[in-house]
Amino acid sequence: MGGVVERIVEKIREESKEFEEVKIMHLCGTHEDTISKYNIRSLIPENVKLLAGPGCPVCIIPDEDLQKVFHLLEKEDVILTTFGDMARVPFEGKSLFHYRAKGKDVRIVYSVFDALEIAKNSDKNVVFFAIGFETTMPSTAVAAKEAPENFFIFSAHRFFIPAMEALMPNSEIDGYINPGHVSTIVGVVAYEGLTKYKTPMVISGFEPEDVLLSILMLLKAIKNGSPLLMNEYVRAVRYEGNVKAKEVMNEVFDAEDGSWRGLGIIPNSKASLSRVYENCDAEKFFEDVFEDFVPKEDKRKRNCLCGEILKGKAFPTDCKLFMKACTPRDPIGSCMVSFEGTCNIWAKYGKSL
Amino acid sequence: MCLAIPAKVLEIDYPFATVSLGGAKRKVRVDLLEDVKPGDYVLVHVGLAIQKVSEEEVREIERLWEELLRE
Repeated sequence: MGGVVERIVEKIREESKEFEEVKIMHLCGTHEDTISKYNIRSLIPENVKLLAGPGCPVCIIPDEDLQKVFHLLEKEDVILTTFGDMARVPFEGKSLFHYRAKGKDVRIVYSVFDALEIAKNSDKNVVFFAIGFETTMPSTAVAAKEAPENFFIFSAHRFFIPAMEALMPNSEIDGYINPGHVSTIVGVVAYEGLTKYKTPMVISGFEPEDVLLSILMLLKAIKNGSPLLMNEYVRAVRYEGNVKAKEVMNEVFDAEDGSWRGLGIIPNSKASLSRVYENCDAEKFFEDVFEDFVPKEDKRKRNCLCGEILKGKAFPTDCKLFMKACTPRDPIGSCMVSFEGTCNIWAKYGKSL
Repeated sequence: MCLAIPAKVLEIDYPFATVSLGGAKRKVRVDLLEDVKPGDYVLVHVGLAIQKVSEEEVREIERLWEELLRE
């Protein structure tokens, strides 16, 4: 495949010659992983800037959601289940692993179905701290439909398309690389409404060749003003997406205004359990526990640039804390925790500029 | 988080299937996909098969590459 990479890079060089500067933003942490791992920024001309957007679901969860889960653990004797990435995100220096070390029953699961099994085999209440975009939501939705009485979902799920709706108007970005696996669910159709912003978008796969080809497709589209919506990841993304997954997701979740780290409140972006499924909604079932909940500010994060990094306004190396006070071993910001966080990826593969 | 891994379907036990993830066997849910058969390739994300990967379309992308590079 090396030959293919060279040929695409050569084409990118040709296509980018006439631009003074082109800003391309990708919207998926796994794309940042491909870009940094294969050092794609070094392969393409300097006037083509590759920026990382808010494509990491662990990173964008606001501290308030995390504090609420901590609050629940402090007050109630539950089994708390979540994904490994999420369990390491700190608030005031504490993470879910800290609570586990203190004797709380915090369990890392590979899948929500593992959490469901724990509930079926336990008399205790089991709470699943659910995170993720449309890629992950269908699995939580399936679990909600099969939930035993002692299984509850604390939903920090966010819909990604509304975030693009919030990002795209008046943006200085010339082209977007849309998230590949979110798109397997939502389909090409989900982005049609965004073409009104006249900024080309391409749904991309995750091999280095995919990302490079997507950059080439974007450069041509930026030059010609069309097409505004392209699909490079045809082997996994269909026009209509995964219809069954969308149905179950829309049945179980309602869209509400939700807060994102760095981006603030985004209309219709939070996936809350709909009324039919409120019997397994942790926020409803433990309502009394949350009555005295007051969100706080984490002073350690005062100099953390995570919010700016998620908007593509800063690179990890712009942050004073990067690889000094904030490292993968002892992270301060969520972007240093998650395997999809730009800081974590840059720490792993080295500075990628 | 949004990482999804291609896996080969070995055996169906609806709504589950045993898949091979690079040689490792794992039970995943396949009930959000239509008409999954042993031998199919699926993308697995947190224990759920989220989409079929089409061999035909892998060839399609190769054709697309060739076209773009020839231009």
